[in-house]
Amino acid sequence: MKTVFKGGVTAVALFAAYAVQADQEANLVINEDIEITVRADAPEHLENLSTIYSGWVFRSSETQALQMDDFENPGMIFVDDAIEAWNTVEGSEGESCASCHGAPEELAGVRAVYPKWNDEAEEVRTIAMQVNDCRTSQMGAEEWKYDGGDMINMEALIASVSRGMTVNVATDGPAQSMWEKGRDIYYTRFGQLDLSCANCHEDNYDNNIRADHLSQGQINGFPTYRLKNAKLNGVHSRFRGCIRDTRAETYGVGTEEFIALELYVASRGNGLSVEGPSVRN
Amino acid sequence: MKQILSASVAIFAATVAFAEGVSPDNVTYSEYGEVEASLSGQPGDAAAGLEIMVSRGKGNCIACHQVTALEEYPFHGEVGPTLDGVGEYRTAAELRGIVANPKFTYEGTIMPAFYRTSGFIRPGDAYTGKAAQGELAPLLTAQEIEDVVAYLLTLKD
Ligand code: HEC
Ligand code: HEC
Repeated sequence: MKTVFKGGVTAVALFAAYAVQADQEANLVINEDIEITVRADAPEHLENLSTIYSGWVFRSSETQALQMDDFENPGMIFVDDAIEAWNTVEGSEGESCASCHGAPEELAGVRAVYPKWNDEAEEVRTIAMQVNDCRTSQMGAEEWKYDGGDMINMEALIASVSRGMTVNVATDGPAQSMWEKGRDIYYTRFGQLDLSCANCHEDNYDNNIRADHLSQGQINGFPTYRLKNAKLNGVHSRFRGCIRDTRAETYGVGTEEFIALELYVASRGNGLSVEGPSVRN
Repeated sequence: MKQILSASVAIFAATVAFAEGVSPDNVTYSEYGEVEASLSGQPGDAAAGLEIMVSRGKGNCIACHQVTALEEYPFHGEVGPTLDGVGEYRTAAELRGIVANPKFTYEGTIMPAFYRTSGFIRPGDAYTGKAAQGELAPLLTAQEIEDVVAYLLTLKD
């Protein structure tokens, strides 16, 4: 997000707001093959919205087009990097991701149901947490930094093999208390600007705030390649940016608060398709 | 003698209050959210108010409001209502109250309070994402609020 309340409009944002209107009726098909659901009936638990939309819907036609072809999508370069890491043996146990999981495609469906309760660990796990658990417990390798480059690339690979599958995150059972915690955070008005996630992404999606066209703040497209910073961005980093822009003290990436918020926000997108790595501005 | 002394003390106190204006925690809002007296004790300057309205580091009011008279300053948001004509149908006291703390006029509004320094959840140190250090400064000073109010009063149809 461009910092709404302070300086610095990027050339990209200027261009997008000036020259191009988003085509909000457009449909997303990737590589003329993978059909992505970008609008759907809101899940039952969402009381204030009737339709949910992918952030892709609110981007300019140019930005939209970048995601329709893997050769145009800059995020796919990082997926290639992650395929290499996938096959690389690391750590004391002589294992790679591939030695346990086979081809990356074997993990199709995983992105759609995370964050997810893990029975053995008795905790809600994000994909990053699961990857680090594999690295330490199975491979005897070092953890990757939360939202760091290696981790985000791997998350992009894991998302890419689930593209087109329907997000279906469980909100009940043992995950329910974390889900409720995330919902509380979503509706909390933070910082000196006194703004909640809902103020912008529920009450004002489809409105402009300065040069930014507000989306519903869905995370089905993560990791997102942002034209603004020309790299892949993780969910928690995006949460940090949005909370920082309310003139608030943010939570850190990988904290329990952000794991809870990720679970809750993911569940707001139940019914959309996985589309990461997506392209945004 | 005693009387004269206390009178001069009173004058002194009044002068201080006049020069410093009223602090954010001491603003009196009417039942409808109006603030009658100038927050700084001085009149506002409409030209300075215009700069505050459009500047991202200051009021950045056009982030949320469309104002036809400010068309040359891109980009205007759609989160709040247009402010065209607001100087016609709103009084200075109403406008001062709305800019200082609109929550007294519109319960639960998304519009931030520009002259408020307490009661926030996890207030930050400006836009660093870190915790606020020491006392918060209001988003706009008392005089800046007056300048914005003076500008808003020029918005007549
Ligand atoms: C002051 C307004 C504001 C607030 C408050 C805010 N955001 Fe955002 N957010 C934005 C803007 C502007 C963007 C960039 C445009 C867009 O994608 O909506 C954005 C983008 C996002 C995105 C990226 C969506 C995509 O498709 O890539 C997510 C996710 C998100 N926000 C989540 C949140 C969450 C969760 C919170 C609360 C913790 C929050 N936001 C609070 C303004 C805000
Ligand atoms: C984050 C969005 C936001 C920002 C920033 C913002 N406003 Fe507002 N403003 C609103 C909304 C929304 C309303 C309508 C009140 C409501 O229904 O909640 C409003 C109402 C008003 C009104 C009353 C309009 C009427 O029709 O009576 C005035 C005057 C006003 N704002 C001035 C300002 C000024 C001046 C600034 C900057 C110093 C500013 N606003 C910044 C969102 C915003």
